Amino acid sequence: MKFTLSWLKEHLDTNASVDEISETLTRIGLEVEEVINPAAALHDFITAKIEKVEMHPDSDHLHVLAVNTGKETLQVVCGAPNVHEGLIGIYAPTGALIPAYGERLKVAKIRGVESMGMMCSEKELMVGNDHSGIIELPTDTAIGMSAADVLNIDPVIEVSITPNRAECLGVRGIARDLAASGLGKLKPLNIPEIKGSFKSPITVSVDCPDACPTYTARYIKGVNNKAETPKWMKDRLTAIGLRPISALVDITNYINYDLARPLHVFDADKLKGNIKVRMAHNGEEFLALNEKSYTLDDKCLGICDDEGVQCLGGIMGGLNKGSYEDTTDVLLECALFTPTCIARTGRKLQLDSDSRARYERWVDPMSNISGNNYATKMILDICGGEASEMEIAGAEKFEAKPVYLRPERLKTFVGMEVSKEKCEEILSHLGFTLSEEDGKIKAVSPSWRGDIECEQDLIEEVVRMIGLDNIPATSMKTADFPKPVLTPLQNNIVMVKHELASRGMFETVTFSFTDSDIAQYFRRGQEPILLQNPIVKELDEMRPSLLPNLLIGAKNNIARGYADLALFEVAPEFYGRNPGEQKAVASGIRVGKTSKKDWTGSMRAYDVFDAKADALAAIAAAKGPIEAPQITTDAPTYYHPGRSGVIRLGKNVLAYFGELHPAVLKALDIKSNVVAFEVFLDNIPQPRDAKSKAKKKLELSQLQAVDKDLAFVVARNVSAISIVAAAKNADRNNIVDVRVFDVYEGDNLPEDKKSVAISVTFQPKEKTYTDAEIEALMNKVILEVGKKTGAVLR
Amino acid sequence: MSDIDSIKNSIIEQINNADNAKALDDVRVAALGKKGQITELLKTLGSMPLEERIALGKQVNVVKAELEAKIAEKKQALEIQLLNEKLKKEVVDVTLPCRPEVQGRIHPVSKVYEEIVAIFAQMGFDVAEGPDIEDQFHNFNALNMPPNHPARQMQDTFYINNDVNNAFDMDSAYVVRTHTSGVQIRTMEKKRPPIRIIAPGRTYRSDYDATHTPMFHQVEGLVIDKKTTMADLKGCLYDFMKAFFEVDELPIRFRPSYFPFTEPSAEVDIGCLKTKTDLIIGAGTDWLEVLGCGMVHPNVLRAGGIDPDEYQGFAFGAGIDRLAMLKYGIPDLRTFFESDVRWIKNYGFTPLDFSSMTSGLSNNGGVAR
Repeated sequence: MKFTLSWLKEHLDTNASVDEISETLTRIGLEVEEVINPAAALHDFITAKIEKVEMHPDSDHLHVLAVNTGKETLQVVCGAPNVHEGLIGIYAPTGALIPAYGERLKVAKIRGVESMGMMCSEKELMVGNDHSGIIELPTDTAIGMSAADVLNIDPVIEVSITPNRAECLGVRGIARDLAASGLGKLKPLNIPEIKGSFKSPITVSVDCPDACPTYTARYIKGVNNKAETPKWMKDRLTAIGLRPISALVDITNYINYDLARPLHVFDADKLKGNIKVRMAHNGEEFLALNEKSYTLDDKCLGICDDEGVQCLGGIMGGLNKGSYEDTTDVLLECALFTPTCIARTGRKLQLDSDSRARYERWVDPMSNISGNNYATKMILDICGGEASEMEIAGAEKFEAKPVYLRPERLKTFVGMEVSKEKCEEILSHLGFTLSEEDGKIKAVSPSWRGDIECEQDLIEEVVRMIGLDNIPATSMKTADFPKPVLTPLQNNIVMVKHELASRGMFETVTFSFTDSDIAQYFRRGQEPILLQNPIVKELDEMRPSLLPNLLIGAKNNIARGYADLALFEVAPEFYGRNPGEQKAVASGIRVGKTSKKDWTGSMRAYDVFDAKADALAAIAAAKGPIEAPQITTDAPTYYHPGRSGVIRLGKNVLAYFGELHPAVLKALDIKSNVVAFEVFLDNIPQPRDAKSKAKKKLELSQLQAVDKDLAFVVARNVSAISIVAAAKNADRNNIVDVRVFDVYEGDNLPEDKKSVAISVTFQPKEKTYTDAEIEALMNKVILEVGKKTGAVLR
Repeated sequence: MSDIDSIKNSIIEQINNADNAKALDDVRVAALGKKGQITELLKTLGSMPLEERIALGKQVNVVKAELEAKIAEKKQALEIQLLNEKLKKEVVDVTLPCRPEVQGRIHPVSKVYEEIVAIFAQMGFDVAEGPDIEDQFHNFNALNMPPNHPARQMQDTFYINNDVNNAFDMDSAYVVRTHTSGVQIRTMEKKRPPIRIIAPGRTYRSDYDATHTPMFHQVEGLVIDKKTTMADLKGCLYDFMKAFFEVDELPIRFRPSYFPFTEPSAEVDIGCLKTKTDLIIGAGTDWLEVLGCGMVHPNVLRAGGIDPDEYQGFAFGAGIDRLAMLKYGIPDLRTFFESDVRWIKNYGFTPLDFSSMTSGLSNNGGVAR
């Protein structure tokens, strides 16, 4: 909401400066977003008189002036066509910052003649649009005066109006609030009653008083819509960003912003029959002023003539029967429409307007008749014509439910003592009708306030007028000793992030939605969860996995020349559309190589075991059982079928890991190799919360452990984990560790076989092993591994 | 000079002249070996008279011990010399770089989350959560925003059809939550007062420019008991912001505002100095909006099943990303979500940078590598 200072002063009698006004506005809840005050840039500029005009010796349009600034007479070169001796204008001395150019004026030689300053146009000072010549002030203007004092400067103030303060969408509402804050006096608004000299040939009737409780109309004949809108009105409309169109449109716009009072003007000659206010028919078409056609339903309110809906009540006029330049007879509408109907229609049709913004909040229900009179007077004054009597359907009424304020609640609710008298003073200045009931203040809202419903609303009125800065600040009292606050899952999420970062990965945060064209590969058989109104096509699906966005991120990094990278994110993925159908996932990718090439030759391409290590580290950081899980090879289809795995406890999937499927990477146009993991943090079983934090007693043997190597030949499809498990199981008392140290396929072995070499650590407990004992233990391993996996010693 | 002395001196000279282990060993064998000079000398003792034998024997043994020590000493010296020569050939250029390793990073949003939790934990707040896809009851209606409430227009909401088998219906559709305020209601549904929670999380609005992204992060706060006032709200936020920005003094301004779910409502600005290149928090004459707050509206308490005549309290909401931008001088919100590794490396935090009120909120992870 914008307005100018002069416009405000139309309603508010005040001497306050623009700065005082804008500080006060913000303090009472009308937040100032911007103040545009051209005067602030005009310190250096003064009035000056042109004493003498001579032609520039080397130009046919430049003049050399002698300019009297009141202190001295200076030589100024000027190109304006309107220079003449005796002209009093605005002089910019050298060094002045010219607002329009943002540059300081220097002593200049213009075609060989020195110029000590400049005579300015309106546009150069940004106080108007005129650039056809320099400013010409009245001849009796004193010279040497500050430019800001003599120019007609009207600062523009923009405030942000919260939805509860509908009346402040009119300048008068803002003036009233400022007056209540003590910054001036609200001027009376004199609205004459216009009787009218004839009966309106067009009558009005309302079928649906719930949606339109009051409808007033006035026929005005013989108006001249070609009449010039007065300059003051044009200036104000322009200043707040509205383009002057025609006198009638300008008047309705002006009153909309002046009094927050929407109006509409029909071309009466185009209306067929009488005005009927009714709900639209399902499927009824309406061609709006914005030249778009809307299909209405029976919950949209239509202002209709015999030919259908001519105005979408309270939202937008129709294209066909509005006022145009040659309009001579008009029907002026000033009506009340209820917020729910307006909001619902506006939302359904996605149609915004200044009128809708006011009606869906609150329009003063007692301003229909007065608004009609006010507008009629203005039309007659500007466009001439003759007014009919007012047509009124329905009656104006406003019955506010009284709200009670217990003054002691200021202390117990706000924490600030405010006297009953002070509360009453503030509320009465705001227009409330007050009385007392059982020691409580009984307050009845003025008709322009539709937002006061409970005691807290009245408390807010008092508090904002006193100023929130006057409320003391008291620190929160904590009775208990501070305790850990994160739940196990919340804490695990923090730990997993730090663990993955410590593994050299970069944490990223990406949107919860992704591109359905990419997400389709990652849905694991689920239905897509699509947004009804995505902001762009590429963000249309709630992501079924974190990988699509990580891959898009990787792709962008690769395109910037960062081809080797490791990214992770810990965030939700969505498996259903209902609230709560989401899981916390830690997911990461490694792309390309471990590093760029370096002299130690440590660089290598990332492989599935990097992803597996990341997954296991994340599970461990989340306190998961990393010893117990099985590893199966049934990862989702977006992974490489032969180079991926699932870490699980039976049916419970803790993680997927692996190389990504080349076909998926190709579809994303990623040419690098990518390994990935997804750890499902909700699925990780948590250790029982043991009472004691003490660790189990540690039994350490003093005897030397013995490592022995064994190489097996086994079918290629036998997993390493089954060989290791069988070896460990061969003798749990003596075997403490089993490691795979070599895997070989190829020459010297049948095609369907591979060699797997393991190193087994035996730990004696009571005495060192004899050769025979070691031999026996190794035989046990060979036997057990052979039995479980079909492996034979190589 | 006796014979023994001259033999000794001759051998010592040979020891001194030996320039490698082999030569030294030859000297040792020649002197002390089975047929060495000293050994031979000892062999002659048997034929001597007793007194002479004792005297000479003693003398020879002293010389023998002396020579053995000399040889050992020389042997060690030769070994050191040999090692030194070997080491001289083993020189590497230690100015070469180390094996490549990458220090990971924690995203600013995660870091600021940890800082916020650390501060509010001191004030007795638990951390609550709610779903990202919400029903309209929890996201709007229960927060005093019935379907046609104009405040719904303030927030550009993303909708999700709640039933794929039916046509989209805006009134029954789910929304992707526009704020974390719904967690207030979910908390009240589960827990009786006194309540003290913060609810950090992802929030979504259909908006995209330098200061708006379709997803961002908010932290919601809720306190409900029988006597919490707006003065406590001010104190709580004042303490939070001073702790968060890690400054001793911070100008803070409370402005009346409007949110459907609080009454009275306020927006909070902090004092700062804006220059062409920098933003200094706590100094200067400019104001920056950092959060919205107010006393919980009685209708919201009722929707959460709490009697507003008995209980009261406050709520607030702040942008986590915005707090991160202000504290850590990050200029553009959009860059938070672009996964640009250069950005993450620069604005991210080291893996050991945990936040606590004892060790401090920031700068705990050492210098970033």
